[in-house]
Amino acid sequence: MLGSISALMKTTAARLSALYLLLFAICAVGLVFYMGSLTMRMLTGQIQETVSEEVLSLGRAYQRGGLTTLVRVVESRSRQPGAYLYIIADPTGRILGGNVRSLEPQVLAAEGWTERPFSYERYGETDARGAEVPSAREGPHMAMAVVVRLPNQMILLVGRDLGEPERFGNVIRRALIVAFGMMGLGALVIWFLVGRRALKRIDNISDASRRIMGGDLSGRLPVAGAGDEFDRLSQNLNEMLARIGALNEGLKQVSDNIAHDLKTPLTRLRNRAEAALAKDNAPQHRAALEATIAESDQLIRTFNAILMISRLESGYSAEHTASIDLAAIVADVVELYEPAADEVGVALSAAAPGELTITGNRELIGQSLSNVVDNAIKYSAGSGETPKVRVTAARRGGEIVVSVCDTGPGIPEEERGRATERFVRLEQSRSQPGSGLGLSLAKAVMTFHGGRLELSGENPGLCVSMIFPAGDSPNP
Amino acid sequence: MKLLVIEDDREAAEYLEKAFDEAGHLAHIAADGETGYTLASSGEYDVLVVDRMLPRRDGLSVVAGLRARGNDTPVLILSALGEVDDRVTGLRAGGDDYLTKPYAFSELLARVEVLKKRGGSKDVETVYRVGDLELDRLSHSVKRAGKEITLQPREFRLLEYLMRHAGQVVTRTMLLENVWDYHFDPQTNVIDVHISRLRSKIEKEFDTPVLHTVRGAGYMLKA
Repeated sequence: MLGSISALMKTTAARLSALYLLLFAICAVGLVFYMGSLTMRMLTGQIQETVSEEVLSLGRAYQRGGLTTLVRVVESRSRQPGAYLYIIADPTGRILGGNVRSLEPQVLAAEGWTERPFSYERYGETDARGAEVPSAREGPHMAMAVVVRLPNQMILLVGRDLGEPERFGNVIRRALIVAFGMMGLGALVIWFLVGRRALKRIDNISDASRRIMGGDLSGRLPVAGAGDEFDRLSQNLNEMLARIGALNEGLKQVSDNIAHDLKTPLTRLRNRAEAALAKDNAPQHRAALEATIAESDQLIRTFNAILMISRLESGYSAEHTASIDLAAIVADVVELYEPAADEVGVALSAAAPGELTITGNRELIGQSLSNVVDNAIKYSAGSGETPKVRVTAARRGGEIVVSVCDTGPGIPEEERGRATERFVRLEQSRSQPGSGLGLSLAKAVMTFHGGRLELSGENPGLCVSMIFPAGDSPNP
Repeated sequence: MKLLVIEDDREAAEYLEKAFDEAGHLAHIAADGETGYTLASSGEYDVLVVDRMLPRRDGLSVVAGLRARGNDTPVLILSALGEVDDRVTGLRAGGDDYLTKPYAFSELLARVEVLKKRGGSKDVETVYRVGDLELDRLSHSVKRAGKEITLQPREFRLLEYLMRHAGQVVTRTMLLENVWDYHFDPQTNVIDVHISRLRSKIEKEFDTPVLHTVRGAGYMLKA
């Protein structure tokens, strides 16, 4: 689960979802704050308006009946539920009436609007059950208030509790948190669903392409039929594969035809030389005919090797692979070459533990290993006092390594890459017989088996390693 | 021996006809798959030599058709394709042996003669005898003139194959195929060295040679 989540995190879909989520969140926050501040300003404006009206109404009461009336009106209004805040003070700041309990004197000194906490008596408020709360004795409340000077220098303060807009602000904050939570949750779900769906389709496509790269050119990428960009991509790649397949088929046909058309006259050539050899007994003719046969055999061998390499490289059908034991092949080849090596004074030995099972083609691996062993014997013969060729097979990590190490002159490090190219015969090997295709064939066979060919060793001495993937048969 | 060669290359066919004739065999020629199939259906041939690429009817289809109708005349398939999977498909279609063009006639002849003998096979015998040389397949023992000879397992299998086909030419590739079960061209003289080791064991202390080299073809075990 954790692994699949971390794989999901790496998907493009997940990254895009995260980016969208971030952008959306920024926009949402901006919008909410804009709406919130707009609403707050509107509410404040409304409060100021009602406060101004109250001031006007009190002003009219003052004009009508003077200070006494004003005080009386204020006292009576103070006792009503949801009352305004009132202070009536004389020019020195002494409070004559109102419902505000205490106040810093400088508040009254400054005329105009002010927003600050006030402690004031509230009457007629009801609690949750409707019972009357006679006089709330809570902490100070934020209020918007205005200070005006009455004509005889009396000071009047009228204010309005801001509890209402504060509650509104709280509502907005809570809504914001809930909205964010839901948005995040939704994004996660969408991210997971979309991401997993996209991931699954990409996995399908990459599985199919791995199969195709393995040589099965008839394979096609899955098309879900949704007509989306994945389908279009798959369709385009499928058309490309069809085209490659057709070209490849054509190439195969051509090489088959060349093989047939050229090998038939070669057969005749060889047959004639053989027939002539059977009749003609003049020694110089015999030698010439035998040389002709040998040359044509070499030509045919080269030709076969090229065809085989081309076939292997262009996706040899995996039909003829089976479960085979590499250790047994090593033993076979070493046993086959041991007498021949002994004859030229090379000590050929093998070390392969137990069974090393892989899925592969015994014939191809046997042939490649023979080529490599044959080369090793050829190049180490006569080198030093005890020429040796050692063939080892062992499991190394997730791979099985079959190495052929000799005591021959080796190949300089900078030429090793070239050594497996077709027809490349390094300077020092020109004098040796061979087509120069042995290592190329071994390399093609290794590629066919999903492995690789590596050259190593200190000069003198060369190790040719055929490295196979161990596959799913962990047999310790 | 009576052979049917199904081969569309006229020159190759004529050459084979003549060469088999010189070797003391009678070879009939069919130039296309359909004719070849009709002739082979008569069942009067000892061995069929069938090319893979034929006009009118493909070589593999001819062989498969014959096998489907219960005709089990030994078949050697000739092919210019000659890759690992071609070989396998050839044998799967019912062929008994497979040879890649171009081949040495001596190779073809040796294989055809071995195929013909297959009918009256010696496989059931437990003891092979060639002159004073004796090989017991059950006890894995080899004696010459009553004297025990110790052989390595591979040498035993090599001698066993040679003795089963005593009096016939056995080629190097036939030995690699039947004793080692590999079908590639070993290029160098690996088989010759094995033979000379075996020869030294079965001939060294005795007067008469039994393992003969047939020049340009292979080996033959003969008293």
